[in-house]
Amino acid sequence: MSDDAHVDGNAVGGMMIEAFGAEMTAARSCCAECGTVAALGALLAYTRAPGDVLRCTGCGVVMLVAVARPEGVRLSLGAVRWIEPPAGPPVSAAP
Amino acid sequence: MGFVSRGFRGRRRADGPPGRVPPGQYVVTDFPVLSAGPTPDVPLDEWRFTIAGEVDDPVSWSWDEFRALPSERVTKDIHCVTKWSKLDTDWEGVSLDVLLDGVDTAAEYALARSYGGYTTNLPLEDLLDGKAWVAYAFGGAPLEPEHGGPARLLVPHLYFWKSAKWVTGIDLLAADRPGFWENYGYHNYGDPWLEQRYAGD
Amino acid sequence: MRSLVLDCPGWPGHLPGQHVDVRLTAEDGYQAQRSYSIATPADGTRLTLTIERIADGEVSPYLADELRPGDGLELRGPIGGWFVWEPALGGPLQLVGGGSGVVPLMAMLRARAAAGADIPARLLLSARSWDEVIYRDELERLGAGGGLEVRFALTRAQPPGWTGYARRIDHDMLGEVAWSPEEMPRSFVCGPTGLVEAATRALVELGHDPATVKAERFGPTGGPG
Repeated sequence: MSDDAHVDGNAVGGMMIEAFGAEMTAARSCCAECGTVAALGALLAYTRAPGDVLRCTGCGVVMLVAVARPEGVRLSLGAVRWIEPPAGPPVSAAP
Repeated sequence: MGFVSRGFRGRRRADGPPGRVPPGQYVVTDFPVLSAGPTPDVPLDEWRFTIAGEVDDPVSWSWDEFRALPSERVTKDIHCVTKWSKLDTDWEGVSLDVLLDGVDTAAEYALARSYGGYTTNLPLEDLLDGKAWVAYAFGGAPLEPEHGGPARLLVPHLYFWKSAKWVTGIDLLAADRPGFWENYGYHNYGDPWLEQRYAGD
Repeated sequence: MRSLVLDCPGWPGHLPGQHVDVRLTAEDGYQAQRSYSIATPADGTRLTLTIERIADGEVSPYLADELRPGDGLELRGPIGGWFVWEPALGGPLQLVGGGSGVVPLMAMLRARAAAGADIPARLLLSARSWDEVIYRDELERLGAGGGLEVRFALTRAQPPGWTGYARRIDHDMLGEVAWSPEEMPRSFVCGPTGLVEAATRALVELGHDPATVKAERFGPTGGPG
């Protein structure tokens, strides 16, 4: 695998705000394929594509796909067992 | 049109010769690399191409068997749904007419499968009659892995996501089954001249 | 390199490490969008972006050369809740950056300084040459203030008498300059993909909990610009 084509889930934060209506990069996710738990902001993000593809850091399976359609973002769930917001805000609300 | 960025023109875009560039597309001279996942490393001695699904007997080729098939060199314009078009691209490959010759099927649909898990669907008839190839060379050189090598599907009359990189087979299907981008909101057919970008277009 | 100071009416504030998406629209409707880290801590409706001009880029040359005071700009943000730090989170702070990857790290260091916080912090910054070190003077000033250790790795050219590192960031270098895992630092690594891969791998090999090592990759060559 040559794998320098990806960035981090962080890069898809703007799309996720449009899709979820909230900042999501600090939310934790669990891969339905291998059970790896990781922040959405830390997933492998392939953004040079027709949509943004987020893959599991453990096994590479597709977990989320965001496509910017003219009528709004469509966010599709792949191998996601669960997503949860961080237990208590990791940082205080911005002033 | 809403906001305009004063003085912004963007990447130099040419309109191209009349009738060559579909609506909403601009012409590039480089070859952008798009990928939904890591580039698979496929040694040629492990590479296979298999036609399966609604067939009595699946047919399969090793790399050497595949390369022994009659091939052709074609010059085609390609159109990516992300709005770039590249004119006069030079490919060598094996026509799907050759690969499907003698395959007896009642299927009307095809699902291309790739190393790495990518899929894309299209009507079987769009693979026939000189419209599609499994291409192994670009510009006279072996197809680079980042562009889909060892071999990719080439279906230039549809948006380029239909031209699956790292293709390893085609399933012939009685019922249509959406592929990767088709599942995630892109158009099921993808005719660039009709701007069929998203599902519902 | 150019820093843009933007006034955004209604800006809700932001956290060090967050970024914005900048979207440019041409007369004919053509659009291009890129992400840029915010270089400054929250300051009312004002924020600063530091733009590295990518020679064959599309958005950065416009922002670096064409944009003038008074022009409008479409922004989405602030974005990010993962790659963020503020003084209330404490330290020690372990920052590793390459090229313009220093920008979000600078927002963290500026927030630390602005809060008068004595949180111990270390920055290891890689650049091709001394002239290409972004915020060089400010980093030296901040580093003189105590509590912050700044180390440089110049990969291509070094000034005469250079005593810092003269190679890419690697395992041994991080073994020398990084906090030990027992100090439980919060690590942030930002830069081109190759540097981020090398630095995060080294930190984990050195015994740091992967969950405490946060990364932001710019892509293979620093992004499409």
